[in-house]
Amino acid sequence: MAPEPPLLTMSGITKSFPGVRALDGVDLHVQAGEVHCLLGQNGAGKSTLIKVLAGAHQPDDGTIVWRGDEVTLRSPIAAMRLGVATIYQELDLVEGLSVAENVYLGHEPTAAGFVVRGRDARASTAALLRRLGHSEIDPARLVGDLSAAQQQIVSMARALSHEVRLIVMDEPSAALDPDEVDNLFRIVGDLTADGVAVVYISHRLEEIRRIGDRVTVLKDGRAVAVGLPAKETPTREVIALMTGRNVEYVFPERAPRDQDGSPLPDPVLVVQGLARDGEFAPLDLELRPGEIVGLAGLVGSGRSEILETIYGARRPTGGQVRVDGRVLRPGSVRAAVRAGLGLAPEERKAQGLLMLESVTRNVSVSSMSRFSYGGWLDRTKEREAARTATRELSLRPDNPSVPVRTLSGGNQQKAVLARWLLRGCRVLLLDEPTRGVDVGARAELYTVIRRLADEGLAVLLVSSEVPEVLGLADRVLVLREGRVVHTAPAHDLDEHRVLDLVLASSTPGPTLTKGPHGPATTEGSPAS
Amino acid sequence: MTQPASPARPVTEKSPPADAPKSPWRSLVTRVDVRTLSLLGVLAALVVIGGVTEPDAFLDTDNLQLVLTQASVIGVVTVGMTFVIISGGIDLSVGAIVALASVWATTVATQEYGFAGILFTAVVVGLGCGLVNGLLIAYGRMVPFIATLAMLASGRGLALEITDGKTQMVTVDSVLKLGERDSYVLGIPPLVMVFAAVTVVGWLLLNRTTFGRRSVAVGGNAEAARLAGIDVRRQRLYLYLLSGLCCGIAAFLLIVLAGSGQNTNGNLYELDAIAAAIIGGTLLSGGRGTITGSVLGVLIFITIQNIFALNNLETAVQQIAKGAIIVAAVLVQRRTATT
Repeated sequence: MAPEPPLLTMSGITKSFPGVRALDGVDLHVQAGEVHCLLGQNGAGKSTLIKVLAGAHQPDDGTIVWRGDEVTLRSPIAAMRLGVATIYQELDLVEGLSVAENVYLGHEPTAAGFVVRGRDARASTAALLRRLGHSEIDPARLVGDLSAAQQQIVSMARALSHEVRLIVMDEPSAALDPDEVDNLFRIVGDLTADGVAVVYISHRLEEIRRIGDRVTVLKDGRAVAVGLPAKETPTREVIALMTGRNVEYVFPERAPRDQDGSPLPDPVLVVQGLARDGEFAPLDLELRPGEIVGLAGLVGSGRSEILETIYGARRPTGGQVRVDGRVLRPGSVRAAVRAGLGLAPEERKAQGLLMLESVTRNVSVSSMSRFSYGGWLDRTKEREAARTATRELSLRPDNPSVPVRTLSGGNQQKAVLARWLLRGCRVLLLDEPTRGVDVGARAELYTVIRRLADEGLAVLLVSSEVPEVLGLADRVLVLREGRVVHTAPAHDLDEHRVLDLVLASSTPGPTLTKGPHGPATTEGSPAS
Repeated sequence: MTQPASPARPVTEKSPPADAPKSPWRSLVTRVDVRTLSLLGVLAALVVIGGVTEPDAFLDTDNLQLVLTQASVIGVVTVGMTFVIISGGIDLSVGAIVALASVWATTVATQEYGFAGILFTAVVVGLGCGLVNGLLIAYGRMVPFIATLAMLASGRGLALEITDGKTQMVTVDSVLKLGERDSYVLGIPPLVMVFAAVTVVGWLLLNRTTFGRRSVAVGGNAEAARLAGIDVRRQRLYLYLLSGLCCGIAAFLLIVLAGSGQNTNGNLYELDAIAAAIIGGTLLSGGRGTITGSVLGVLIFITIQNIFALNNLETAVQQIAKGAIIVAAVLVQRRTATT
């Protein structure tokens, strides 16, 4: 590169959300014409960083220098005007509009200021699509009728319809099959040849090796490596950078098990061949009282889907769930709850809590029949029961009348746990129990979860944070693309090994068809 | 046990027949009360305006009885509507159901069965329409707006079909007598007593039963309610049944009041009931609302109507005023909600 100033220099970017410091002084330097890869585990701060770059989030601190001048990106429009385009993972297209209308949404070519010149828009859209190697997409078609891969192309065409100098791509290959990935890489190559810079986010390390020039690694909201050469840095080193922790989580001691030779209790939950086509392959699982089993895997590996299917919130396409030997009616949450299952869902606010209501009502909602006689509520009894349950979990503040929305993330999670504690549930399904919970409160939640297990609850834990699964669970199932690729006691695994397993896939995995499943052998990468 | 600190405002609870509010709920009660009190304030202001502009006519016992009687029919409908809106739904068919129930209950054939026949038919027709709404919405997965819009259209059509556009006079004396002055107890018309009873039952149902809790939960966050083990669909069905029941009762009240059944009855009740609930602080998106607020909303509407009529102002002006009040109420509530 010529000694011209870098295209983009972000330095000391800091961004906090209530209870979480998402970015803590992150630097990112991007040169014109390079592919700069951004790596990090879930929650490391990648999304927040690119949203700051796209003008969607305002940083609390730090500076952004664009082609030598310091800039403030007050809005997505401001970023676009500078020439920064972002292709988000969740495509942001309007399905009811045509391809051309989507591409030129917000900057339509017009006559007399407001009459949209549809023909011009279609013509230049066709030119853009040709450049992207997809001239078969008709600019007049509705976006809703296109495949996911084609929609991705439309998104890209929209990015290119602006005067663009930097394109951010957030996991662009996730929805693509191998041919389409090749085409994507060709497009990236063309763009960089024209001097456009690409910030590329992917979980697939081998892709980064193929097209990346330099790598920045984020971890826990900090950049732990800035501008490493993508092709020369060994995979092991990259993984080590992604996992090595500053924050040491404190996990409670596991109670000694299996050692006194006494027979194990019978499993309370037995899952046999449970499957949902297109989401996860047939799964077998046994869960005993007092045991915590962890599911480790990336977002999209089918973790949440498995949990929700066991719980009856999704209808399985095959297999069955038994609690105490009795088969649950498939696809019925009520049957699952009655049998003693409880779910703490991933989206606590959207799926777990009644945000307008008090803690008491959130806790009692699944056990109302216990405080009612013919539908008539005994509110004193209800309040006392809720208070007992929330005290048991040391929920703060110690006043169940307060609205649940005023609680911190950790205490909101405790309210969900208290609901199931009050219900007397026997199997607890935890989906990302510490998401949005700050570090101090996490340790407390871990202690609570472990204690509940010690008291005889069976716990199935899903987390994208590998240390959390390893620290908390007795047994770990590693998932990749809807399939269990490895099962082992937690103490036989370490973080590197799990990440190797999780990231190992070099081709997008086989589509989900019925086939042999269960503990599969693992590809290549040696355990450390 | 130490009591948690709660705002030490005194509980100036006035309206509902509550058992003495117990202390830990005081914060909740007072919060609800700010809104209720402001509505009471508006109502009081209206009474003052009425008393000043038309001192003789407005404060006359006859007139006050009339105001309350008029409020009864729409009031009963509004109680049902409030439940539906709290649960995140909407019922556009209430006016049509009132019309259909009132004409079905006043056909010659029905009137042969006397008082009981008329009452029974009105209630059953109301419940039947509510059942259809509920099944379409809960199990047919139709959007409430569309399902009840369809019921509005076809209910009105069926009512016209039954009456052929004619007014069906009531010939059953016991029914007509209910509307006469002789039946007033301590100066209170029986219709108003029915309204009061429906209000009390509605209040208890919302605040003291699992049914009320579930309604609020479904409206506040249907997905969370489902994952907490609530049968969301069955709850929705019950809610539209309840709304239909209220329409049936309202139809009977209207028959007593008008002494007839007409296919044009209940015209635009859906809009009045929705507006009253919104003024009363019910969130159109669901999850929050009170019966007290809705009933006060109805009383405010009817009082305005009465004052305008007494002052010889046109209907057109009345309607403009109603619109202004809806906007003002929502703006004021948004402010109180954010502070």
